[in-house]
Amino acid sequence: MSDANSELTPLWEVFIRPRTGLAHSHVGSVHAADEVMALQAARDVYTRRGEGVSIWVVPSASITASDPAQRDENFEPAASKIYRHPSFYDIPDDVGHM
Amino acid sequence: MVSADNIAGIGMSAPDHAAQPQDPAPRQVPGDLPGRAQQDDLLALLMRLGDDHLILGHRLSEWCGHAPMLEEDLALPNMALDLLGTARMCYGYAAEIEGSGKTEDDYAFLRDGTAFRHILMVEQPNGDFAYTILRQFFFAAFMHPFWQEMTGLADPRLAAHAQKAVKELAYHIRHSGEWVIRLGDGTPESARRIGDALDALSPYVGELFETDSISIALTTAGVLPDMEVVQRQFDATVAQTFRAATLPDYAPEFAHSGGRRGRHTEYLGHLLAELQFMQRAYPGQSW
Repeated sequence: MSDANSELTPLWEVFIRPRTGLAHSHVGSVHAADEVMALQAARDVYTRRGEGVSIWVVPSASITASDPAQRDENFEPAASKIYRHPSFYDIPDDVGHM
Repeated sequence: MVSADNIAGIGMSAPDHAAQPQDPAPRQVPGDLPGRAQQDDLLALLMRLGDDHLILGHRLSEWCGHAPMLEEDLALPNMALDLLGTARMCYGYAAEIEGSGKTEDDYAFLRDGTAFRHILMVEQPNGDFAYTILRQFFFAAFMHPFWQEMTGLADPRLAAHAQKAVKELAYHIRHSGEWVIRLGDGTPESARRIGDALDALSPYVGELFETDSISIALTTAGVLPDMEVVQRQFDATVAQTFRAATLPDYAPEFAHSGGRRGRHTEYLGHLLAELQFMQRAYPGQSW
């Protein structure tokens, strides 16, 4: 897509809720002129096989992302703290899926 | 296979097949002239509806892989598949009524151009994106009230399909209508293109509302919506969208005709050559 087209139809991130009670999850992105067209594009591109019951679109430019160059300082420190995972407990069968 | 009762029941005011003593409509049995005439009219309607949807669906599918952006590359074939679904319903229903062992494929792939009964608008080449989108908008603005009216009419099969089609067409209007607005009220180039599309398409719109002895008989029998009712809603939809699109008031002065009688433009032959090639060259082939 040319730069001129990208300016007229900026990028939008698409989030879809697969069914009631679940959270919206990021599924991809679309190009569209505005939020109305972005929703329609998201519907046409990402819900053709019954994937969802609700769609969010967000201008990609509105998303502040972590810097990949800071990945180590951001995420490495958590790797050695396995005690933060509550995985040392036996879960009674009656509790079911947690 | 449709039962004799079903055929005789087509067009009567009650969709219920059980005879109701208080029903004022005389019960017709196959062989009765009125019953047979109405069956022929219903068959004619199914060909008109089926062909409108098959041919426009095929035109839309031609955009697959060629649309200006990936999003539309999926949106246009999505709509094409909705239209194809309606065509299949029409042909399948027609095959049952005819009872001669035909399938939907026979209607789609083994008829020649003069046997097709769609309006001329749907067979026109796609032109640019503005032309395709405006044609889709006109068609959807017609079919949505058409199916809405149909949900309350006498043919149970068509009324049931209408429930599904109304939802599909509501989206087609929204999608094509939002594009019409953005093209009309967009850049100088987009406004010029949608204006050109409007000039080119206007003479083909009137055929949507054309009536003849077949359609009038079906409307009288409560099988086909009243075209005046459909047109009022069409006019309101178009007026509202055109205002938002800063397009001029829509009032065509001329309407092409002929498609419903099998008189088509030169473009249909080329379209059918591609649509029908596989079944003509390799009869009976399937996936």
